[in-house]
Amino acid sequence: MSEALRKLPEHLWDGREELEVLTFEIAGEMFALEAVHVQEILDLLPETPVPGAKPFVGSVINFRGKVIPLADIRLAFGMEATTTTIDSRIIVLELDIDDEPTLTGIRTDKVHEVTTLEKSHGEPPPSVGMRWRPDFIDCLVRRHGEFIIIPNLKTIFSAQSERRERSDGPVDRTSR
Amino acid sequence: MSFPDPIAVFRTEAAELLEQVESGLLDLNHDLSDKEQVDAVFRGLHTLKGSGAMFGFEALAAFTHHCETAFDQVRKGIVPATHDLVTAVLGATDHMRALIEVPGGDHDAASETLLTRLRAAVAAAGHPAGAAPQAAAATPAAPVETASSAAAGQSGQKSGIVTYKIRFSLPQNAMANGTNPIGLLDELAELGTATIRADLSRIPAIDDLIATDLYVCWEVELSTDKPRDAIDDVFIFVMDEMQLEVTVVEPQGTTAEPPAPQATPAPVAAAAPAAPVAPSTQSTSAAAVAAAPAAAPAAPAASGRGAAQADAKQQKAAENVRVPAERLDELMDRVGELVIAQSRLSQLAGVSGDLMLRAVSEDVERLSGELRDTMMVLRMVPVAQLFGRFRRLVHDLAIETGKAIELVTEGETTEVDKSVIERLADPLVHLVRNSCDHGLESADERRAAGKSPTGRIFLSARQQAGEVIITIKDDGRGINRERVRAKAESSGLIAANASLSDQDLLQLIFQPGFSTAQQVTNLSGRGVGMDVVKRTIDALRGTINVVSRPGEGSEISLAIPLTLAIIDGLLVRVGSGRYVIPLSAVEECLELSVEEDMRSRGRSFISLRDSLVPFIRLRDLFRTGTKPDPFQKVVVISTGAERVGLVVDQIIGDHQTVIKAMSKLHHDVVTFSGATILGDGGVALILDVAHLVAAGQQQEAHLRAAG
Repeated sequence: MSEALRKLPEHLWDGREELEVLTFEIAGEMFALEAVHVQEILDLLPETPVPGAKPFVGSVINFRGKVIPLADIRLAFGMEATTTTIDSRIIVLELDIDDEPTLTGIRTDKVHEVTTLEKSHGEPPPSVGMRWRPDFIDCLVRRHGEFIIIPNLKTIFSAQSERRERSDGPVDRTSR
Repeated sequence: MSFPDPIAVFRTEAAELLEQVESGLLDLNHDLSDKEQVDAVFRGLHTLKGSGAMFGFEALAAFTHHCETAFDQVRKGIVPATHDLVTAVLGATDHMRALIEVPGGDHDAASETLLTRLRAAVAAAGHPAGAAPQAAAATPAAPVETASSAAAGQSGQKSGIVTYKIRFSLPQNAMANGTNPIGLLDELAELGTATIRADLSRIPAIDDLIATDLYVCWEVELSTDKPRDAIDDVFIFVMDEMQLEVTVVEPQGTTAEPPAPQATPAPVAAAAPAAPVAPSTQSTSAAAVAAAPAAAPAAPAASGRGAAQADAKQQKAAENVRVPAERLDELMDRVGELVIAQSRLSQLAGVSGDLMLRAVSEDVERLSGELRDTMMVLRMVPVAQLFGRFRRLVHDLAIETGKAIELVTEGETTEVDKSVIERLADPLVHLVRNSCDHGLESADERRAAGKSPTGRIFLSARQQAGEVIITIKDDGRGINRERVRAKAESSGLIAANASLSDQDLLQLIFQPGFSTAQQVTNLSGRGVGMDVVKRTIDALRGTINVVSRPGEGSEISLAIPLTLAIIDGLLVRVGSGRYVIPLSAVEECLELSVEEDMRSRGRSFISLRDSLVPFIRLRDLFRTGTKPDPFQKVVVISTGAERVGLVVDQIIGDHQTVIKAMSKLHHDVVTFSGATILGDGGVALILDVAHLVAAGQQQEAHLRAAG
């Protein structure tokens, strides 16, 4: 375990022993995101699909007069689709994408709480025995006998933008 | 909201100052005897030096100091202004920009080169300070200089102490701006022995008195061993707004007070007598105050138009507020939200039948509409900002090409959205460059053709409906059509002997590849980078029109929408989604008849008045997975020559659209140029017409190849 601890991503903990996070649930898994990035938690909004966009960011919403993309983390983790419930919420985050602060919504099944996670309970993603891409996960944190996933949104989003070239859009995209 | 970074503020101000200095220099180059411009340039350099030093731009301050000194000599008439000197200082302004951008950089070598050039220019123009009396006598201000330096010299021999008579008045709102006159007086007093008298003659009657305004002027007799500049330094931060007269008092009292060189921006009439300072005005009794106005006009009159100028400048400064563009964008967002909320309100009011609610809703509707219009106007700036840059460019190009070129600008007050202005800069540089470089002939050629040897470039702007038309015109040789055609044929852009309209032929110069090829430099017509111009103008949803008459010159007009933030669109429905098609691209709407629909199962084009128009079923393109409506519509769109039909389910109607950019995560989706928020709060995507037309053409080519 101590060996594993050394490999915890420093960019996330940044010398801190504790991390304030917002926990939420997607397809039965518990996730957490650093609370400082969270702008707002919204009820579900009407979504406008963007034809030709990657399914991961397949729609946009009107967030207080701004048109922002709505990301579906399930698709990055290859999870089952779940139907929306009365608990479904959208978390609005501000993330640096290609060094530009970008507002993004993330659809979740349920938002739990703002809580503190301890570094000493953290573990790097195991290299085997996981159905998700390890580089999409910053670390796993044990709490009350379950694992909370801290996803690496930066990698997830940039992986999505790297795939741009391969997406099968209907029109010529060389001119941009 | 955080406070602006003072360094950033300085940079912005310095950039403006440099622009002013540059424009002053260019004016001066036109008329070397223009005393006003000499003063303006000096003032600009002086302020730049002062605030540069204050913000820690030491290298800039030191470098600027030399240019300032050079101009000080011109100002004092020791050295006449010459073209060489102006060019040297123009070059120096570029260097100052570099010093501001990269203050820590290695600029020493460049500084030295420029200063050498500057010194050479000054030396060639006359003699540096301490000039031969004959040379100095040639200029009107010379006696002043000799007198004051003589005075300084004489007194210097005795004690080094010179007595100055200083008279200054600050603008009325000086205290509101945080200036403390007492502090200035203290500073003056510290320079030596000072006698201070207040001139209260301008104090109005008690009823007209505004407590925060400053009505008092001061007269100070200062005996000091400090140099004359020390006095100016006291006033350095208020220099631009104030009036200052400094005269040297002859210790011997043999001559009348000679007027000393003016440090003020206002060229005060020589030997202006100090306004009478009646002892009675020391009392502020109403009677004395009532008598005062008679004396008061003397002061403004004495400084003549200097005062008027200062006033005008002050007023202008008060009328303009500098606001960061992002705050305007934020405001724009809020207004956009308000408009959306308002349309929801009016929907509710329409349903409810409550008359009071309806009345309120109508009020809000009117207000938000007006607010939106006001908002649009806020973002508008005059094109003068843009045109100003071209004076320098043309000046440099004239030197570079060895041609005599004159730039004529017109319609500089025409206003355009700030973001449009910024994006127009590059294409205009290309066009002006091309006109100077390729369009205009050399002086000899022009003489041979019976034209004046000086080539002229006209730059004009005017508003026309929702567009601004910017025209670049030259009186050069015009575009050689044969060569354009030959080039287009050889590069396969057009078939040999293809019949083309004149406009189409001229538009060929904007084809990519057309201009970048080697041979183009030989072409009489426009050279490098015209495809960039075309692309930028397309991106601005503008159009380009070319007129060219052989031997008479060419004219290129750019028609650009006034604002990028709002467009008129046609709102359509495809499946359950709503989309906006820019109205400027819409040619016509028609119904897709059942027969056409059936017939077109095998092919994807309709015939429209005997021409073939390919069409795209947006339902298929967007994979809506819905059933088509029974009566589908075709919206025919065009980008210039090409036309494409878009099959939609329903045409909802006109829609004024506030454009929202798509986020970075959707930059790969080229079918849409942006998004907008509808009255019900939903989002509609705006179709990128150019890309759809391209897609339509591909589809058509595909079908042709297959069939």
